[in-house]
Amino acid sequence: MSDRNYEGWEGFEHGTWVREINLRSFINHNYTPYDGDEAFLEGPTETTKELWNQVLELSKEEREKGGVLDMDTKVISTITSHGPGYLNKDKEKIVGFQTDKPFKRALMPYGGIRMAEKACSDNGYTVDPEISEFFKVHRKTHNAGVFDAYTPEMRACRSSHIITGLPDAYGRGRIIGDYRRVALYGVDRLIEDKEEQKQTTRSTMYAEIIRDREELSEQIRALHQLKEMAMSYGFDISKPAKNTQEAIQWLYFGYLGAIKEQNGAAMSLGRTATFLDIYAERDLKNGTFTESEIQEMVDHFIMKLRLVKFARTPEYNALFSGDPQWVTESLAGMLVDGRHLVTKMTYRYIHTLENLGAAPEPNLTVLWSTRLPENFKRYCAKISIETSSLQYENDDMMRITRGDDYAIACCVSSMKIGKEMQFFGARANLAKCLLYAINGGVDEVSRKQVGPEYLPITSEYLDYDEVMHKYDAMMRWLAEVYVNTLNIIHYMHDKYCYERLQMALHDKDVKRWFATGIAGLSVVADSLSAIKYAKVKVIRDETGLAVDYEVEGDFPKYGNDDDRVDSIARNIVHIFMEHIRKNHTYREGVPTTSILTITSNVVYGKATGSTPDGRKAGEPFAPGANPMHKRDTHGAVASLASVSKLSYLDAQDGISNTFSIIPGALGKEDRIFTGDIDVDLECLNGACVSPTLFEGLDAD
Amino acid sequence: MKGFISQIESFGTVDGPGIRLVVFFQGCPLRCKYCHNPETWKIGGGEEISSDEILELYEKNRVFYSKGGITATGGEPLLQADFLIDLFQKAKKADIHTCLDTSGIVFNRNNSENLKTIEKILEVTDLVMLDIKHIDSQKHKALTGSGNENILDFARFVSEKGVKMMIRHVVVPGITDEPKDLVKLGRFIGKLKTVVALDVLPYHTLGVHKYRGLNIPYPLEGVPQTSQEEAITARNYILYGIKESR
Repeated sequence: MSDRNYEGWEGFEHGTWVREINLRSFINHNYTPYDGDEAFLEGPTETTKELWNQVLELSKEEREKGGVLDMDTKVISTITSHGPGYLNKDKEKIVGFQTDKPFKRALMPYGGIRMAEKACSDNGYTVDPEISEFFKVHRKTHNAGVFDAYTPEMRACRSSHIITGLPDAYGRGRIIGDYRRVALYGVDRLIEDKEEQKQTTRSTMYAEIIRDREELSEQIRALHQLKEMAMSYGFDISKPAKNTQEAIQWLYFGYLGAIKEQNGAAMSLGRTATFLDIYAERDLKNGTFTESEIQEMVDHFIMKLRLVKFARTPEYNALFSGDPQWVTESLAGMLVDGRHLVTKMTYRYIHTLENLGAAPEPNLTVLWSTRLPENFKRYCAKISIETSSLQYENDDMMRITRGDDYAIACCVSSMKIGKEMQFFGARANLAKCLLYAINGGVDEVSRKQVGPEYLPITSEYLDYDEVMHKYDAMMRWLAEVYVNTLNIIHYMHDKYCYERLQMALHDKDVKRWFATGIAGLSVVADSLSAIKYAKVKVIRDETGLAVDYEVEGDFPKYGNDDDRVDSIARNIVHIFMEHIRKNHTYREGVPTTSILTITSNVVYGKATGSTPDGRKAGEPFAPGANPMHKRDTHGAVASLASVSKLSYLDAQDGISNTFSIIPGALGKEDRIFTGDIDVDLECLNGACVSPTLFEGLDAD
Repeated sequence: MKGFISQIESFGTVDGPGIRLVVFFQGCPLRCKYCHNPETWKIGGGEEISSDEILELYEKNRVFYSKGGITATGGEPLLQADFLIDLFQKAKKADIHTCLDTSGIVFNRNNSENLKTIEKILEVTDLVMLDIKHIDSQKHKALTGSGNENILDFARFVSEKGVKMMIRHVVVPGITDEPKDLVKLGRFIGKLKTVVALDVLPYHTLGVHKYRGLNIPYPLEGVPQTSQEEAITARNYILYGIKESR
């Protein structure tokens, strides 16, 4: 591509980004780090308050109606399927809804028609019978494709919950389009780029090349439709955005196009604030907009992100404990050249929690570095205390492998924006796998032979070496069936429910992370520790199936900074990850794993029998990589230290530790330091203490 | 050297500045009626842990403690003075902030050996947290089993040695909340030169379940918890006394 110039680029410093699609280069050349405090921020305008009240009113109606206000049952949602929708056309600075009105949930059957039908029927709606028939007879869905290819073993693993939460009936999500590209380059330039990519594919038509060409064609079609959709709102987004309002609007249209077509398990936004700040700085300098006007646009943008809604079933919501969209926005962090990425826009995004009140969405995530400016750290702490609505992740750790233009999808999955994507992989239940090792592949709940018929353990007391030997073999089997199940899922998702717009906002050669996940790590670590350091007696039923365990004596428990058991946890993650790596992965996906069952730990626990650590059948697992509830008895530092011993390189998709603490345990507020004493004495002159009380007291 | 330790808390945020490794020494000569750590009373119980092991725990997670340090509490740390000296000397060598939470009850100025030991401890102590449970010796005895002469003298000694001190006082309804006593306490504190902080704590019943577990009758059964407001009022009386004596 040759050098270009556009009206929207006036005043920007040029760099590689002019010659190629390269947002990182644009940001590096043009952004302004901000070291000051929050004093510049502006409150909500009257218009913002009015719109937000309207939203609160609608939210109330939605709650009163049982959680869903309106659903589309007739129109299959695509980028252009619905006409424009507004809260109040004249007042919204940023516009666009998934359907033709706010709070109306779209019909997205490509992931699976049954799920779409159920999401409707559970909420009192019925999908148009013609649509149902169409997707059952004429047009296959992702879900139907997956089940055509599943083996009996995969089905058994699925129904016994040793592999759980698989995205085989719903959208996999976890892909972040680089929505900033729409604003910086305009859609025409992006189409041109994709056309060039198509022209330069290899010319021998192997299956992969054919697939590439078909996908690129789909991407180009999606970009054309994106322009059309924006035009229905009265905006021509073919050229680069010219000011802050357009930049936010263009970027949001990109995201909106994605959520009109994809009901993914996590539809994250990326890392947009610092990018948009470049436009805001230019507009402030030129006098195009005031600070208050810019904050208003940001408030309206965030308001839209809070109103992202999908049609979902009660079971789905139970698994995720709520109705999360995971509209994650990654904020701050550091550049590899040592500059921090905090800008005024970073503050403006966080400030929406003050202007609009606390909210879980969008999931504002601060990429934390010890080197972030002190003022910003203080502001984050203040907002966290007031709203509990900020998430923090370790930039200093992720920057090593992900560079400085990555973002978080969902809650912890990091990827370079526009350059990497993820195949979401749910998780394998390693606690159940341990029970399979003991019972020779027989499920302790259903009593069916689910795993391979290896020899079960028959001794009265469990022997550590024997258990480890069998557990290793069972993990090898589980990893194989797990990865192959995911291979089918992602093949079919690409085939029947391809994320064409999100992928249109990626480079041609994308690195694909092949994500897997682990549930029950602390149960496994404590179980193996009990077997090694205490005595674990097996209780068997009349058929010889191990159904319960008696632990005699004490044993080191994960969560107390005790290397004896922490090394077991670390080792299990490593062994399982190595087994995962041995398998072929679809589309050269690079295997990763995560330990982050933040909410579904309850559901997994329910499906798992008693374990050798003393946990009884049905009791919840600990969330993510957390130690088991109440077993960490040496305080938070020891607990966190245990978790931090897990190797990030073995679990690059993320390790989570859920930690709550009462404010009083974080320090005292009622302590008076001598520096304050004079100040407080002023109070004595007032009504706090009656001076008459001191009459007649002798001085020592 | 090894000491008898009841428990080690890795995330102490209320026992000295910053995040601290808090070491609960086993054994205490006092029997304060409101004590919330009765499991630390018995002398000779607990687990034997070496000072090196404690420092290793600290070093492993040093990054957490960058603005904190080590606190010795209990129980009564001064009952195991040699071990305490060993621990704090090693801590100071490793540039760790040391905080001693004590009742001061074992201090005796007239015993030269005792004096030498306490001097040695104060040489490696950055901050003393001293609990003055009652300014009136008789009432102190009723509350804890001992008079307060040694304690008050210990406070003076710490002040003489120029070691920073934080004074703590727990407000128990009907026992330690008498205004006249509080003002007297303030006057005493006001004469000490190294007090950097005053911590007035409302009495709470969070430790009651431990008594049940240990089969010890709870001495303050029926005494209500102190409200935040009552604690603030008490604090103001103490502050009044401090101001008056300065």
